[in-house]
Amino acid sequence: MTLREIIKHLDAEVLLDNNQLDRDIKYAFAADLMSDVLSIDASEIILITGLANPQVIRTAEMSDISSILFVRGKRVTPEMTRLAEESGIALLRCRHSMFKSCGELYVAGLRPVF
Amino acid sequence: MEFSYDIAGGDFSRAGAASSEVKKILKQLNVELAVIKRVVVALYEAEVNVVAHAADGVMQVTLDSASIEVVIRDRGPGIPDIALAMQEGYSTASPRVREMGFGAGMGLPNIKRNCDSLDIESTVGVGTTVRMVTFFNR
Ligand SMILES: Nc1ncnc2c1ncn2[C@@H]1O[C@H](COP(=O)(O)OP(=O)(O)O)[C@@H](O)[C@H]1O
Ligand SMILES: [Mg+2]
Repeated sequence: MTLREIIKHLDAEVLLDNNQLDRDIKYAFAADLMSDVLSIDASEIILITGLANPQVIRTAEMSDISSILFVRGKRVTPEMTRLAEESGIALLRCRHSMFKSCGELYVAGLRPVF
Repeated sequence: MEFSYDIAGGDFSRAGAASSEVKKILKQLNVELAVIKRVVVALYEAEVNVVAHAADGVMQVTLDSASIEVVIRDRGPGIPDIALAMQEGYSTASPRVREMGFGAGMGLPNIKRNCDSLDIESTVGVGTTVRMVTFFNR
């Protein structure tokens, strides 16, 4: 599914599109623990997180993750947006809880990494 | 080729800057993407460890056509029991480190998984040296 479809399913807002909105995403991984994210081996994934700090962007950069969804309306700082811009990472945000966001996307067809 | 980057302890806003520079260099050298990912994940966890646990450090990178060697040397408390620190789940990280999304005791295991050889030397009260080597074609 594309990021556009993900945005529609969750009524998410685009904080930074970085030309990624039509990119195909097959898998999702949800975590607030960045070491967990760094331990997975997957491509074409979106990272779903309730954590909002520069290390989330760095973690995505190192893991070749090209889109991040922040749940529960987390505040994303200009520093985070700047880092994401440099690394070509799209940033989305929705108001739903982590559980609801993951549930909706699972039903819509996004697959787990394992 | 050799490169060197300073790492400031405690400065979570800059953590990852050195690993990010190394990633750019490896991309320019057209190293295979899967290999780049392994290298930079290991470097980033090691860089975060300096930020999280030490006062300051230096990342020294030596590159040739076949491999990358990275030595991260820090001044800090050192690691009293390296075998224990290597165990998944062992962590002395502060609440502040946990707020940043680290501190679950997975860093050193992540590093070990992602490089071809790993050596850690540490002197309590002085500091820690982490040496990682990864080969490009294996
Ligand atoms: N550079 C370092 N200086 C001092 N102690 C360290 C360093 N790196 C790791 N450690 C020790 O090893 C433990 C485990 O490290 P790690 O696996 O990266 O987990 P975490 O950083 O999440 O605690 C740390 O909690 C800390 O006690
Ligand atoms: Mg660590």
